[in-house]
Amino acid sequence: MILAKLFGKKTFPKGIHLEEYKDESNVAATRRLPFAPEMIVPLAQHVGKPAKSIVFKGQHITRGEIIAEADGFMSVPIHAPVTGVVKEIGLAKTAQGGKQAAIIISTALSSGQQLIESEQSNDYLSMSREELIQAVQNTGVVGLGGAAFPSHVKMKTPENCAIHTVLVNGCECEPFLTTDHRVMLERIEHLLHGIRITMKCVDAPKAIIGIEDNKLDVLHAIEPYLPDDQSITIKAVATKYPQGAQKMLAYSLLGIEIPSGSRSSEVGLAIFNVATLAKIGSLLPLGHGLIERIITITGDSLENPGNYLAPIGTPLRYILNHAGFTGDEASLIIGGPMMGTPVRSLDVPITKGTGGVLVLDERLTKHNDILPCIKCTQCLQACPINLNPSELGLLAIKRKYDVMEEQYHLNDCFECGCCSYVCPSNIPLVQYFRIAKTLNRERHLQDG
Amino acid sequence: MAKSDLKIDIRTSPYIRKAPTVAQIMRNVVYALLPLVAYSVYHFGISALALILVTTFACMATEHFFCWMSHKKPTILDGSAAVTGLLLSMTLPPGFPLWMGVIAGFVAIAMGKTLFGGLGYNLFNPALVGRAFIQAAFPVSITTWTPAFAVDRFVEFIPSTLALPFMKPLPTADWSAQVAIDGFTGATPLALMKFQGIITDSYDLFIGTVAGSTGEASTLLILLCGAYLVYRKMLDWRIPVAVIIGTSLTAELFYFIDPSKYPSPAFMLLSGGLMFAAVFMASDMVASPVTPLGIFVFGCLVGFLTVIIRLFGGLTEAVMYAILFANAATPIIETYTQPRIYGARDKVKDKK
Repeated sequence: MILAKLFGKKTFPKGIHLEEYKDESNVAATRRLPFAPEMIVPLAQHVGKPAKSIVFKGQHITRGEIIAEADGFMSVPIHAPVTGVVKEIGLAKTAQGGKQAAIIISTALSSGQQLIESEQSNDYLSMSREELIQAVQNTGVVGLGGAAFPSHVKMKTPENCAIHTVLVNGCECEPFLTTDHRVMLERIEHLLHGIRITMKCVDAPKAIIGIEDNKLDVLHAIEPYLPDDQSITIKAVATKYPQGAQKMLAYSLLGIEIPSGSRSSEVGLAIFNVATLAKIGSLLPLGHGLIERIITITGDSLENPGNYLAPIGTPLRYILNHAGFTGDEASLIIGGPMMGTPVRSLDVPITKGTGGVLVLDERLTKHNDILPCIKCTQCLQACPINLNPSELGLLAIKRKYDVMEEQYHLNDCFECGCCSYVCPSNIPLVQYFRIAKTLNRERHLQDG
Repeated sequence: MAKSDLKIDIRTSPYIRKAPTVAQIMRNVVYALLPLVAYSVYHFGISALALILVTTFACMATEHFFCWMSHKKPTILDGSAAVTGLLLSMTLPPGFPLWMGVIAGFVAIAMGKTLFGGLGYNLFNPALVGRAFIQAAFPVSITTWTPAFAVDRFVEFIPSTLALPFMKPLPTADWSAQVAIDGFTGATPLALMKFQGIITDSYDLFIGTVAGSTGEASTLLILLCGAYLVYRKMLDWRIPVAVIIGTSLTAELFYFIDPSKYPSPAFMLLSGGLMFAAVFMASDMVASPVTPLGIFVFGCLVGFLTVIIRLFGGLTEAVMYAILFANAATPIIETYTQPRIYGARDKVKDKK
């Protein structure tokens, strides 16, 4: 860290250096995926209340049409990813396991897949903040970096917080994933529109795009488009995991710590992922809705790894067939290898929050026996939040979940996985913490 | 496809890992100790070799025995018993009777480790528990030093080495007088300092041409081996550094008060088992704190106690007790040195 500072690199203390494995997918331009014959569109693709379906079985729908409405402010609408017929409104498997309500659409394969005429176009420069936030909600955009938190909610900042900077997160610190990288190379104008819209929404005078210094091509590509008044700038930070975490990026770029347990708005920051803002920048002015996104499909056993523009609701099986997936014993993961979700079934769809589908090689995921903690301190030296994972792990084994929360700051852990990654005893620390958090939440609910 | 669904192994994030395994760490510690073994064999001959082999084997056999007794999966391959055995044998005098070495090894693993629940649960450094036991049980043998570089050291055992089990070892004074090159007194530099007021030259201490325990003699070699482990990230450099700081500061204080009465910090650092203990014993991962500040406090405490015991206690080899005491203090040190987390709120500010 001291060395990095000496060389003028912006970074945060601790964290880990990972193999990147990004070359497989980031060299080629984004390709469009064909429409799958059947689309599965879950109603709960975002944090908050699920959307309410407004279509009926057998209804003909047009691509881009609203098929489910936002249920209150903490919700977003869902738009039809294809032109076709509603086959069923029922339960469908999700990547997280279990089943959830979804609209299943049979694609009209002979259709030209024309987008529906939008009712209104938006000139964001002349709109008020309230109108803009409503327009953002209408696009159905949520955090595309994986969090799937409704963007318009983040843009409605609390009254007592003045936002001084919009941080645009283009770090993409997870290995393998390159969607944000491609978005920043291919959608520069959309991205800048999105940044301006956001700056207007949160009333911030400046914005900084933060990228890791393994993506300097982005820096050179974007710089010519930036305004002369320095209101939007781009800065490179050190390539280190988890640089893309909000808290880390805020510290690396501005030296600001987001206080424990509070939102970034408390310290005057609004932090958005680049793909999210690029989407808002392309959809909002035209009055369109979010129906497709770029995802990385990569892994050793794929014939055609790369970035694909995929309609939301495309089943995994279809995508993987298209990418030349042949193996059947590989581990499938949605998201990155550090924080992603394992996939139970090939029949789950990609959703708004899906940034990548990963086929991990067996040798990377090799399982070893769990040994007792030898207190080697590697996890303490890796934890970006400066927690004590060693002690937390020992407490978890003893099931002292309340002590973990009250004395060892369990809730500040954002499950980046650094501690498990470096553990020589193979202790699944992050999994222990997840279980502890869930049980604590249940206990609090019971206590009222 | 139903078949393939079954085959998908459900795991949790993170899916990738890159860490040396415990066995790899232990193996590397063994590698780092091998040069010290070689030097001590060169230094003291086949007696040292026999002692190291027997003690290490005793430790490993004890580990295996207890696994077998408790129907546990054998843990002998994780290498930690071998490390304990090597470390233990390094702290013994070269002419130490082999049967006592076996007892030391047994006690180290049985009482120092297995009793607490095995690797990861021991409160004290097992090797030092073993040594503390025999220090009390065989006070004469453990303080009987024999000269280095005896002429026939590669063909002839030191007489005390081959004592029959549970029999008193032969006295070595006559033998020592016979093989010693010139006027060997059998005293280590620390004993010379404490009881006769003679200060050994620091250079001899650094290179390691003096009498002492099997593996503690050459500071230079110890530092080189330690540096290898630090380079491989298998040794926490902060502990040895903190021990050295603690020792120097405390020794400097007394040296400043009365240079004629108290030895210099350099002598304190280079004599006895201090360097060996700082690099290989105090840094025992399991029994030392994990918090950054705690590690520093722990190291300084070891250094401070060592100097105090050396100067004012009845023993010369004080590091062992200093480390055992600091091991005992580890939980309380950790309690008071938890790291400040990212974004921690200032308590005073919060109240406002």
